[in-house]
Amino acid sequence: MDFALTSEQELLRSTVRTFAEREIAPRIGAYIETDAFPEPIVRGLADLGVFGLPFRAADGGSDGGMVAFAIALEEIACVDVSVAAIVFAHSSPATILAAYGSDEQRRRWLVPLAEGSLIGAIGLTEPSGGSDAAAVRTTARAEPADDGGSWVLNGGKTFITNTGTPLPGIAVIVARVPSGGLAAFVVPDGTPGYRVGRPLHKIGWRAATTCEVFLDDCRVPAGHLVGREGDGLRQALTAITFGRVCVGAIATGLARGAWEQAVAYGRARRTFGRPVTDRQSIAFGLAELATRIDAGRLLTWRAAALADRGAPFRAEASMAKLFATRTAVDAAETAIQVHGAYGVSREYPVAKMLGDAKVLQIIEGTSEIQLLLLARLLGISDGDE
Amino acid sequence: MRIVVLMKPVPDTTGQERLLPDGRVDRAASAAVVNANDEYAIEAALKLTEAAGGEVTLLAMAPANAPETMRKALAMGATRGVLVTDPALEGSCTLSTTRVLAAALRGLEYDLILAGADTSDGGGGIVAAGIATLLGLPYLSYAAKVEPADGRVRVHRISPTGYDILDAPLPALVVATQALGEPRYPSLKGIMAARSREIATRSLSDLGLDGSQVGGAVATTRLTGSRAPAAREATVVVREAPAEAARWVVDFLAARRII
Repeated sequence: MDFALTSEQELLRSTVRTFAEREIAPRIGAYIETDAFPEPIVRGLADLGVFGLPFRAADGGSDGGMVAFAIALEEIACVDVSVAAIVFAHSSPATILAAYGSDEQRRRWLVPLAEGSLIGAIGLTEPSGGSDAAAVRTTARAEPADDGGSWVLNGGKTFITNTGTPLPGIAVIVARVPSGGLAAFVVPDGTPGYRVGRPLHKIGWRAATTCEVFLDDCRVPAGHLVGREGDGLRQALTAITFGRVCVGAIATGLARGAWEQAVAYGRARRTFGRPVTDRQSIAFGLAELATRIDAGRLLTWRAAALADRGAPFRAEASMAKLFATRTAVDAAETAIQVHGAYGVSREYPVAKMLGDAKVLQIIEGTSEIQLLLLARLLGISDGDE
Repeated sequence: MRIVVLMKPVPDTTGQERLLPDGRVDRAASAAVVNANDEYAIEAALKLTEAAGGEVTLLAMAPANAPETMRKALAMGATRGVLVTDPALEGSCTLSTTRVLAAALRGLEYDLILAGADTSDGGGGIVAAGIATLLGLPYLSYAAKVEPADGRVRVHRISPTGYDILDAPLPALVVATQALGEPRYPSLKGIMAARSREIATRSLSDLGLDGSQVGGAVATTRLTGSRAPAAREATVVVREAPAEAARWVVDFLAARRII
């Protein structure tokens, strides 16, 4: 067993870290304060090649795989989670296209997604159901015609990150087809009947744009159906399982960033003549956190490595997500506590972290859903219903 | 345009540097990075070849683990690397280094050689001039602008009062400065593909040299001592509003007769 990164992965890590420290850290604050999409930063990430990291070179990616993507997400999230969230949300529709898209669909949409010239969103969550992915109410009906026909979508989605940005985008919308199953459709910006609502204001991920979307007789050509009718749930679950590894990496990055800020501040902050980190209550807490951060990273990398080998990784992805996001929330809280009143001042980067961390415990299946899944996958129970 | 860029792996100055008992930097103790000034030369070379076509070859004389460092520069977009490495080179002085790199350059085809102004470890800043002398090439230093055209190169050399405009026939050796532009980030695609780029290694015998001509045994300079810099004094952080802070800084500097 070898825990060492390859020299490429080490170089990748230092490159993304340098980019995050130089290009993201000094600029992101203004976007967060105004809930604005950090377009220049996203364009920089596209030039760097972050968006294509997990995808095949033939699809415009760089054959880095999930381990490389996890490394990059951790480094970005260590500086800012909003930006990491944009990259992660973008990867969900790309993952569906990479796994299930036709040659034509991959050429048309995955290549620009991997290159970062197109921004991607996944439209799964609806106002009436979040974690219950099978409860989709948005419908799609086929209208056959000589030219291959089209699909007409009706319904609405909410909490859709990466819609409503200034960049040209697509959303992969999951809808119920007449057979009763689900199907995924590529809906590009500007499609008639597709409307993006107002951005939602959140306590975390503030620079990532998250909107409601409305589908009113939204018509897309038949070639926009990804894979087959009825495969939509499986496709969405594939994206979500990969997404859990991404969230594990983002949570690890957030926790590490919080920890680093807490240690740096705590060593410099003196109370009663000594640095606060000399107090056992604080020192032990930070030592414990460092252990949990490493553990979360190892769980995340294990799941990523399994995914890269093509091995099953559902339980491992849930464990990584569950553990790393809990660590992130605790790390954010600890960092704020070590900072005292400065920790709740928006001038300090730790202030934003608690909201950012809470989002991580909810998206891609809440912590409770991870436990439910694990109870089933590990043969503990058949579920609580 | 065929460009050779001289690059040196140096200890990462953001890490913990350690000195060996004989006073030299312990290169095994800290990660190696591309010498920062060389990155400006690499960036300039990439811009020139992107504009006019051609290829960029990196040349380094370094320990055998240097390919890892060279791959970062390859990931920025360089075509290939050539690494001169030989156990007999350990402890080489500036003159040895100059001779070895000049010998390596005799085996390469190029129109232009670019070098960084100096290195963050040795800091001699004379290897490039020595190479130009040994190879009989025009030497154009401190370039803020490099414009090759029609078999010649024109360089804006930074001078105390502005720029000297220099012009020379190719091939020539130009010393790059940061005025040529910030080095790009290596692309992640480039990083993942850098393994497939060729890094050729050359030993002393490949270059027609032997250990009696170069290396520590025949060094013309001797390290008589070295020490770590004194620890920095406590930093004063001014947390006042800008106007007040500016007044504070002015008073601070004036009290020390700096302004």
